[in-house]
Amino acid sequence: MSETPQHVVKSYDLELKRLRSLITQMGGIVESQVTLAAEAIMHRDAAAAARAVEEDPKVDALEREVEAFVIRLLALRQPVAGDLRQIVAALKITGDLERIGDYAANVAKRSIVLAEFTLPYSLAGLAHMSQLVQQQLKSIIDAFGDSDADKAMEVWRSDQVVDDIYNAIFRELITYMMEDPRNITPCTHLLFIAKNLERIGDHATNVAETIYYAEKGESLPESRPKGDTSSYAVVRVRE
Amino acid sequence: MSATMGERQIQQSGSFGGMSARSDADINAPRIAIRNLDFFYGDNRALKAISLDLPDRQVTGMIGPSGCGKSTLLRVLNRMYDLYPGQRATGEVMMDGDNIIDRSVDLNALRARIGMVFQKPTPFPMTIYDNIGFGVKLHERLSRSAMDERVEWSLTRAALWNEVKDRLNTSAMGLSGGQQQRLCIARTIAVRPEVILFDEPTSALDPISTLKIEELIDELKHDFTIAIVTHNMQQAARCADQVAFFYLGEMVEVAPAAQMFTAPKERRTQEYITGRFG
Repeated sequence: MSETPQHVVKSYDLELKRLRSLITQMGGIVESQVTLAAEAIMHRDAAAAARAVEEDPKVDALEREVEAFVIRLLALRQPVAGDLRQIVAALKITGDLERIGDYAANVAKRSIVLAEFTLPYSLAGLAHMSQLVQQQLKSIIDAFGDSDADKAMEVWRSDQVVDDIYNAIFRELITYMMEDPRNITPCTHLLFIAKNLERIGDHATNVAETIYYAEKGESLPESRPKGDTSSYAVVRVRE
Repeated sequence: MSATMGERQIQQSGSFGGMSARSDADINAPRIAIRNLDFFYGDNRALKAISLDLPDRQVTGMIGPSGCGKSTLLRVLNRMYDLYPGQRATGEVMMDGDNIIDRSVDLNALRARIGMVFQKPTPFPMTIYDNIGFGVKLHERLSRSAMDERVEWSLTRAALWNEVKDRLNTSAMGLSGGQQQRLCIARTIAVRPEVILFDEPTSALDPISTLKIEELIDELKHDFTIAIVTHNMQQAARCADQVAFFYLGEMVEVAPAAQMFTAPKERRTQEYITGRFG
């Protein structure tokens, strides 16, 4: 929409600009939460964990602000066409970002518990997964800022890799738990952490779909391949 | 030992599938088919190669900035321009196999089939009853009781009967603006046309009177094919099944209303309806 001319009513342009900046601001905070949460896990950094959790009320406040602002715009401007799509998209994206923030805070909280245990195995898989998710999140916030539907599509397609890694981690952790029941507590936390990261990826793809609709005026043609197969997974002990 | 995941994956769809406008695009077969229509005020080409269908018993909204040709198009549809020398139309406006802009088509018969309601209510300075009867008498000979019935039917269809049934023989000039406009609609439908053209029918009315006219249009489309020119975009969005956008004598885009106001295809449409025309 960046090349479209301005509204005759200038204050409307200012309001739309403000809405975008609220979303971008929210995206920035959420992105930092995910980064802090990942650091907390990888480096057993309790301070990073605390900071990730502390950001959460800010994200919630921004979500409420966006919601109230969207309702106001709908009532007072009666937006149509591209404007309407942008405004409704903002409402949807703010919800997805808020969820992402929650997942990040949850990951951070678990890292504190996790620090009390000697972990039975390397966190390389999880590190890779969290890097991918952080990249997704960064790209999607950029795509929103640049109104770039193609970039959004890239994120949408990239989620499959995150799902694949999650499935591998899931199987790996189950195996560790079966080997030694003392692993159950840390591995369960790791499992939730992996799941939370996987969900962050899902919400990032939701945002991608929303951006695509807002820019193009049509929904993405096919439904995204759902790659999390762990819901059906059975891991058996070798005889 | 086996471990299964009982964790439920909550499917969160980011899709706007339900909002996409294309699914509710049920547009009927055309009652009037306009093809390659040009219109000239002297040397000025006011309509340029317009092709548009008015779907049967549906509402077509026409929007666009002043001077875009939308009112001109309405005037062509019932040959209002016949009155003015130097104005002419070329192309086709097909209705039941006839090109109605052809001079061989009888003008009075045409006007009985295609009625028009104007921006300002234009009641005749006579009684409410006679306002309705006047047009009917031009086309039909009705007995007194048949005429009574026709007057009641028209006023009922125009949602005015209950307000005026006890004062049919008083002057129409005593009605409020909104009532006068509904009287004009009653007068138009009294001759039982097939098509009704509305040229900014509510621009002189207060919001509640406006909504009454819109409700009426919604009701009338069960029996009549309707075209409405309006400057009020929300009105087009509320009333119309399909919306056509005109600019500088061209029809830029026509689409089902829901699509037009969520995802118009043409850049000029998008700029106009979002208030970016400069």
